[in-house]
Amino acid sequence: MVLAGILIIPLLASGFALLPLGRRFAPPITLLASAVVLGLATAIAAEVARTGKAAASGEWLTCDGLGALVLLLVAFVSFTAALFSWGYIAESVKRGRRKSIQPYYALYNLFVLSMLSVPLLANVALMWIAVELTTLLSAFLVGFEDTPEALEAAWKYVILTTLGAVLALLGFLILYWGSRVAGLEPFTWVGLVAAAPRMPPALLWPAFLFILVGFGTKVGLVPMHTWLPDAHSQAPASICALLSGVETTTVLYVILRLFPVVGVAPGLDARPWFIGFGLLSVAVATLLFIHVRDFKRMFAFSTVEHMGIILVAAGLGGADAHLGAAYQMVAHSVGKSFCFFAAGVTVLGVGSQDIGAVRGLVRSSPLAALALLAGSFAIAGAPPFAVFVSEFMIFKAGLASGQYLVVALLAVLVVIAFCAVMLHVNRMVFGVAEREIRPAALPYSCKATLALAAIPLVVIGIYVPTPLYDLLKAAASAMGG
Amino acid sequence: MAGTPVLSALDALTGALFLLTALGVVATRQVLASLQLFIAQSLLLTLSAVLLGIARGSIHLFAVAAITIATKTLLIPWLLRYTVSAEVYRTREIERVLNIPSSLLIAAVLIVLAYVVANPLLGVVEVPFAQINLPLGIAAMFLGAFTIAVRREAVPQLLGLLAVENGVFFAGIAIVPNLPVIAELAAAVDVPVVALVVGMLTRRIHARLGTTAVGQLASLREQ
Repeated sequence: MVLAGILIIPLLASGFALLPLGRRFAPPITLLASAVVLGLATAIAAEVARTGKAAASGEWLTCDGLGALVLLLVAFVSFTAALFSWGYIAESVKRGRRKSIQPYYALYNLFVLSMLSVPLLANVALMWIAVELTTLLSAFLVGFEDTPEALEAAWKYVILTTLGAVLALLGFLILYWGSRVAGLEPFTWVGLVAAAPRMPPALLWPAFLFILVGFGTKVGLVPMHTWLPDAHSQAPASICALLSGVETTTVLYVILRLFPVVGVAPGLDARPWFIGFGLLSVAVATLLFIHVRDFKRMFAFSTVEHMGIILVAAGLGGADAHLGAAYQMVAHSVGKSFCFFAAGVTVLGVGSQDIGAVRGLVRSSPLAALALLAGSFAIAGAPPFAVFVSEFMIFKAGLASGQYLVVALLAVLVVIAFCAVMLHVNRMVFGVAEREIRPAALPYSCKATLALAAIPLVVIGIYVPTPLYDLLKAAASAMGG
Repeated sequence: MAGTPVLSALDALTGALFLLTALGVVATRQVLASLQLFIAQSLLLTLSAVLLGIARGSIHLFAVAAITIATKTLLIPWLLRYTVSAEVYRTREIERVLNIPSSLLIAAVLIVLAYVVANPLLGVVEVPFAQINLPLGIAAMFLGAFTIAVRREAVPQLLGLLAVENGVFFAGIAIVPNLPVIAELAAAVDVPVVALVVGMLTRRIHARLGTTAVGQLASLREQ
């Protein structure tokens, strides 16, 4: 029932935003709704971590370790992004072409609902619809600021990711065919793992590839990533935090779910494909870092990099590497959403997304400078932040299982990426300003979001609470660790 | 079943016409013609679903047929007229990246490729009608994706996307013996929502930029 509650609350909040009352009260109601959802999600995650079993495994709703982890991340980022939206969207409406905040909040809640339902829906076909809806419901949020660039980004986003989702649909239909051939298992992830050993590999394999390429488009895997830097740099900062921080992770979750299904099938090995796509994504993102001119775009490339790292970690195989992958998912969601909040306040203060236009931020806007610096250190993988720890875990697991070449390549790329990001951010924060910037005052809600989101950012790198560690363990074992 | 050879022959004919409409969407010069070809393609998808439904005595496939008629031949054209009528009903040539002969040459290669992809799947399990529907569905899917790549305008790209969806369902109705209710729902909900969202986005782009030549929007790219 709690699971159903998680899905109903955003729906109610969305409806409320469209009422006349929503003109004034949509932001606080959205914040309240997301706080309640975060509370419920935390309770479920804690239960899954304690018992080590799925919170429910019904025909409709389910939530095992990996699902609970993704659920928790979506709930957390949608809460911080709701807080950030309060001031940011009001400011954006005041300055921009948009007149009303109501469509924003109505779609915001529906978008969050679609992401929350991906890990909760037991039926794989329904889950496909949820993934497809994440695109369709967020399209207008990406184009919310109504600039030509934002509309261009929204267009590419919808066409390419929907095309990907339709390719994945063929994959799921073939998967369904395979599960019918193998016997009457229900069309759920559990049923698929049970049916996989009896499924003809000639069906399972093309299904896997169609889904990997189709949903890989939405995750932003190279070479299907071209839409991602556009959408993630042109959307309002609060939406970027959701897109980059959790939407990619949510779809990656689906691909990771396939890993144990293919893993138990005789004669098939998904690992080289995971490692191949993963390394390619990390490599291309690293090259793009060097020439990037827009700082929101830089964080978008960092998302491509992180998705690649998680995929490589899953492909390395073994419980330790999978634990590293689960930890990296947490580190990515927490760190990347923080970075986009920091980018949002920088844009509000400076009025530009151009790296070249931002110099000496530490003098003109110390809060934005500090946030940008901390966020960049966190996502680039500096100690003591969580990305450093998770990458270290992944390297260690890879070395322990003797996959030296993959680990060496990944390590070199990660170091280059680190240097490139820090070079850009260093110039922005400490460089000499060519002209005096008079920063605008920041809304309180944005400051509060930065303070709130900074807590897990700093804490999880140093100290992982036992329930969270148990949850990561449960998630890793759901990946077939 | 007694009528199976006849039904199978009819389905093969439907499949051939289905592929022709997909080729037509690649080759046509006008937006309205693209839309009409898409409607024809959807009708052929419906016909195939009815034929398979009769052959297998499956009520599910009749439901798919009914949903396809309702959404793709009635609702989507209506939505497009409602959101972007000026785009659809103006007679002019669509801007494209490749000329028509080269497009058709690549399309031929894609059809061969579809058979290469579908062949190993058909070897494992004997499913009647899959021999016809699976490769042709995949071919239509590839052609739709190719249409998106060569078209530079919003409405033709949307029609390419919907053609990809048609291809997937054309393959899907044959390989999935009893399509679950869920998949029917997917067809019912998803396709019109895609059309609505893309249509409204097109309208916004038109209102803001005065054009829907989305291929010319190129301010966002790597330096």
